[in-house]
Amino acid sequence: MKTVKSTHIKRSRGTFIFDTLNTIFMIILCFLCIYPIWYVVVNSFNDAKDAMMGGIYWWPRKFSLENYLTVFADSSVLQAFKITVGKTLLGTAINVFFTAMVAYPLSKSNLIGRKYYMAMGTITMFFAGGMIPTFILFKQLNLLNNFLVYIIPAAFNFFNLLIFINFFREIPASLEESAKIDGAGDWKIFMRIILPLSKPVLATIALFAGVGQWNDYWGGLMYMTNRVDLEPIQTYLYRMVAQVQSSQVAGSISASNITASDTTSTSIKLAAMVITTLPICCVYPFLQKYFVKGMMVGAVKE
Amino acid sequence: MSVKRGAGVKQKGNLGRWWNQRYLQFMVLPGLIWMLVFNYIPMGGIIIAFKKFKITKSIAEAPWVGLQYFKEFFQDSNFSDVMINTMGISLLKLFIGFPLPIIFALLINEIRGIKFKKVTQTISYLPHFLSWVVLGGILTTWLSKEGVINDFLVTFHLLKEPVSFLGNPKYFWGVALISDIWKELGWSAILYLAAITSVDQQIYEAATVDGAGKLQKIFYVTLPSITGTIAIMLILQISGLLNSNFDQILILKNQVNISRSQVIDTYVYQVGMSLGKYSYATAVGLFKSVIALFLLLFANKTCKKLLGRSLY
Repeated sequence: MKTVKSTHIKRSRGTFIFDTLNTIFMIILCFLCIYPIWYVVVNSFNDAKDAMMGGIYWWPRKFSLENYLTVFADSSVLQAFKITVGKTLLGTAINVFFTAMVAYPLSKSNLIGRKYYMAMGTITMFFAGGMIPTFILFKQLNLLNNFLVYIIPAAFNFFNLLIFINFFREIPASLEESAKIDGAGDWKIFMRIILPLSKPVLATIALFAGVGQWNDYWGGLMYMTNRVDLEPIQTYLYRMVAQVQSSQVAGSISASNITASDTTSTSIKLAAMVITTLPICCVYPFLQKYFVKGMMVGAVKE
Repeated sequence: MSVKRGAGVKQKGNLGRWWNQRYLQFMVLPGLIWMLVFNYIPMGGIIIAFKKFKITKSIAEAPWVGLQYFKEFFQDSNFSDVMINTMGISLLKLFIGFPLPIIFALLINEIRGIKFKKVTQTISYLPHFLSWVVLGGILTTWLSKEGVINDFLVTFHLLKEPVSFLGNPKYFWGVALISDIWKELGWSAILYLAAITSVDQQIYEAATVDGAGKLQKIFYVTLPSITGTIAIMLILQISGLLNSNFDQILILKNQVNISRSQVIDTYVYQVGMSLGKYSYATAVGLFKSVIALFLLLFANKTCKKLLGRSLY
């Protein structure tokens, strides 16, 4: 009795130390994940010239909305922002609907040819034509310098299709059967029964596709060869980052010779970064319960 | 008669079955066409690696040149740098970046307070949702001589002089590894965490009764239970060994660190898009894909032998 009690205490002391260290570790990790964003936000709200002196870590030193006013006064940023919002909304809606529509028949094991269709898709997960053949194809399809390059090639995704299939299989077959008896066709069943029952997985895929669209800079960089007005905000940001990179390396930015245009471009960059990131930060905590479930449905099951 | 009739019925049955599911078939059709156009036509386009292709003419018109571009790549003065960087960064990510999310998932699982657990998880995903462009913006500022990292290291006397981390090739691999871990740690842990939560609680209870401590439970119960998930993720990681995260490296590389930052993918981009050498760039890309395919087959077979798990 006595020994049992002592080992119990001993174990809980070890556990206590472990738990404490673990908690401290997690708090540090959370800090490392959040702080970079906080840093950008704080600096973006600081006066541009003052911010260049550095040392702003926790709170703006000279609060100013000037950077944001500059960003929103720049018509090219505003245009890029519009393009991003447009392609995210349209691209996400089309990707989610189209992929679900193709996934629904493939979730039925008696579909004729199913094995071949799935094999065809699986190959695409491991083998691709690559950058140059894709570019040539898009050129031939007249997708270069065309807004549709953001939408059509992104309309379908085989990995998302697998998540849909696994989810659709969980829906009781009796629901479809009773609808069939009532005279509903496959299309009607898909639209009226399957889709409304699939909200969690629709939310998951919409988040994946939406984040993909929102964060994509590649489409604008690669396929907008002479239509700067169709570039999304991420491509705009990419150019700024690349520019700052090369000028830093060339040594043109040092404390002594900061020019007014450097200051402005850095602060525009920060403000643009906040504007680009904010929507995602706002959306994702609400969708988290969905996408965790969706990831599990999609991936744990073979 | 009866045989013939049976066969007839069966044939008609197949056609009839197809006719019955014609709406379903019509729903799949656009997906098949999409895959043919956007996946399979570019795969066919790989043949320009063996042809002297010019963007002004069609692929069919281009003359065959055989393996000329592959030979050119192997003799290219950039070849060894590009291969070493691709493999080096990837292997670092494999040996260090791969186990960390597993450890992180194990640690998160040990958190007692449900609320704290949830908040920690939610926050740990956050960097995954930021684009490499935004992170690149942060990193280029932070890693400069006047940046936060140098401030910190110098203040705490870990460094004597500020260092330009992106302006020196020897730091690039480290920067690539750490920034990648930072972005993806929480996200990669989701799958392991999902696998851990599906382990039967009775096994833990039994282990507790047998006197197993926390570490023992982790090593003898949790880890063996998630071997399957680990194996699948490992196969995928190994097959992608030559993909050292294109976006990340394209954004962090510059003219000064290029000797340690140029990887196959960025090289394809530079040679193909900036210099317009389409056939050569495609040959380099194809070389990578073929090795990746062998790596996938090799990893899959090894895992099948050692762990009894495989992708197919």
